[in-house]
Amino acid sequence: MTNIREVTVDELRHLVSDRAMTGETMLLNMGPQHPSTHGVLRLLLELDGEIVVNCIPDIGFLHTGVEKNMEAKTYQKAEVMTDRLDYMNSVGNNLVYCLAVEKLVGLDVPVRAQVLRVILTELQRISSHLLWLGTSCLDLAAMSVFLYAMREREMILGVMEMISGQRMMTTYIRPGGVWRDVPSEFVPAVQEIVNVMPGRIAEYESMLTKNMLFTERTQGIGVISAEDCARYGLSGPVIRGAGVAFDLRKARPYSGYEQYDFEVPTYDTGDIFGRYMVRMEEMRQSVRIVRQALSRLPAGPVLSDNRKFVPPPRSEIGVSMEALIHHFKLWTEGFNAPRESVFATTESPRGILGVFLEGDGGPKPYRVHYVTPSFVNLQSMPLLTRQHFVADVVGIIGSIDIVLGDADR
Amino acid sequence: MSETLEQIVKDMKERFAVESSVYAGDTTLLLSPEYLQAAFQTLRDEYHFNMIVDVTAVDYWPQQEPRFHVVYHIYSMLNNDILRVRVPLNGNGPHLPTIEKIYPGANWKEREVWDLFGITFDGHSDLRRIVMPYDWQGHPLRKDYPLGYEEVQFTFNAAEIDKRKPYAKD
Repeated sequence: MTNIREVTVDELRHLVSDRAMTGETMLLNMGPQHPSTHGVLRLLLELDGEIVVNCIPDIGFLHTGVEKNMEAKTYQKAEVMTDRLDYMNSVGNNLVYCLAVEKLVGLDVPVRAQVLRVILTELQRISSHLLWLGTSCLDLAAMSVFLYAMREREMILGVMEMISGQRMMTTYIRPGGVWRDVPSEFVPAVQEIVNVMPGRIAEYESMLTKNMLFTERTQGIGVISAEDCARYGLSGPVIRGAGVAFDLRKARPYSGYEQYDFEVPTYDTGDIFGRYMVRMEEMRQSVRIVRQALSRLPAGPVLSDNRKFVPPPRSEIGVSMEALIHHFKLWTEGFNAPRESVFATTESPRGILGVFLEGDGGPKPYRVHYVTPSFVNLQSMPLLTRQHFVADVVGIIGSIDIVLGDADR
Repeated sequence: MSETLEQIVKDMKERFAVESSVYAGDTTLLLSPEYLQAAFQTLRDEYHFNMIVDVTAVDYWPQQEPRFHVVYHIYSMLNNDILRVRVPLNGNGPHLPTIEKIYPGANWKEREVWDLFGITFDGHSDLRRIVMPYDWQGHPLRKDYPLGYEEVQFTFNAAEIDKRKPYAKD
């Protein structure tokens, strides 16, 4: 390759204060290999003693060009890449992509598939929050919560494996419904999770909420106001932790969320503790939604029978010439989508997750763009960390719950 | 489209000569670049679009006029509306004024558009590459940028491709 050019200090000059030039403040590099940056995030910290003057996040170490790659694949095949973005919320990534494709081509989804989608995304939300709870408490040196949280997360990953054969990269939700019907063990397994979770959430709270070691590290740290959240476009538990009851499941319902009875938890403080309280309550609300969904899970097909977009089941191919042709056409050429663009939004465990999808009349997406909550939330790092100790930076990164695969795409 | 949004679109048509279209429930405004900052200022202050959801672009190469559409999505918490604003741009040295002053959240998103599409945002406070390495050549999401495979050399074009092929030699 050609010569590698080094970044000079001058190029970052406009980001640091004048005091950095005189050596009054110190520039400290944190990451990308730091264990508590939750992946490959690099932070350039400007420090006055132990106090953070400015924090410059540097992302892109996990950029994989997913959007460019998706442009070269058909609509069905491109979906496999979406799991890999936010690997803590792969079902949610599939869901938002499928919602966008369905919106673009005008495809309807059977009721059973919609209820299954809700069950799975809510289970995924619980599992994502559990991993967040475990790792962010680990950052604050609370080791045992991690082990408890992993125990319950394992049950949810078991359900994912049961339905799709994969624990994390499921690609179970497909345009027009879900891949195939759930096995008979699915409902008892989810029932089991729903039954044990409330007790377990109470157990985590008993370890943390009134624990002085935890509250001292979280209360009043990383405070952000509701106005700043809106100005920077922050969403999810960050804005709810600042007292705004903004949840796209309520505001712009999809997949039949309007039929479920649940609350949007908020907390007024806007600090790490507020975000913690919101997420704990969200897990309870997710359990509530899953319980309702299980009780109304109807019988019926799980995939749309619109054969122009959804491949026929294996049983039909043997007996129907039409089905064989559709199968062949859909898996070799794909389906054509109109020359239009749509924007689909969902509420991921981290905030607004959106897909901007544009078709060009052919079988491949002309442009796919993922609007990811981690990318947006990371941008607020300077705001959150200023005037805090270096040790709190770790807690703040944990509290906004970033996934670098999601931020870098 | 809700009634408030219909009214907003009507007002915007009068004030900034936008064209509007609706597909699958999404409202799109086509705005010309010179009105960009004024239009977003108005949308934020008068029509309560207080949240920037997304800034991205679409490349229509080889078409040159316009080659790019810069696509903004803004959200109004008060009215619960999402509005898409598309701004067409020509292919030769594409540049737009920044809306970072209006929506601070657009900072990184504009950096990303610059990084991946090579569209400059005038007045941006920190226009550096964000997801690609700092010394990267080119803008990967442009349609004339290859997906990354090796160009195959044949006898008739071996020398021509060889010239632009990166080797370990230097």
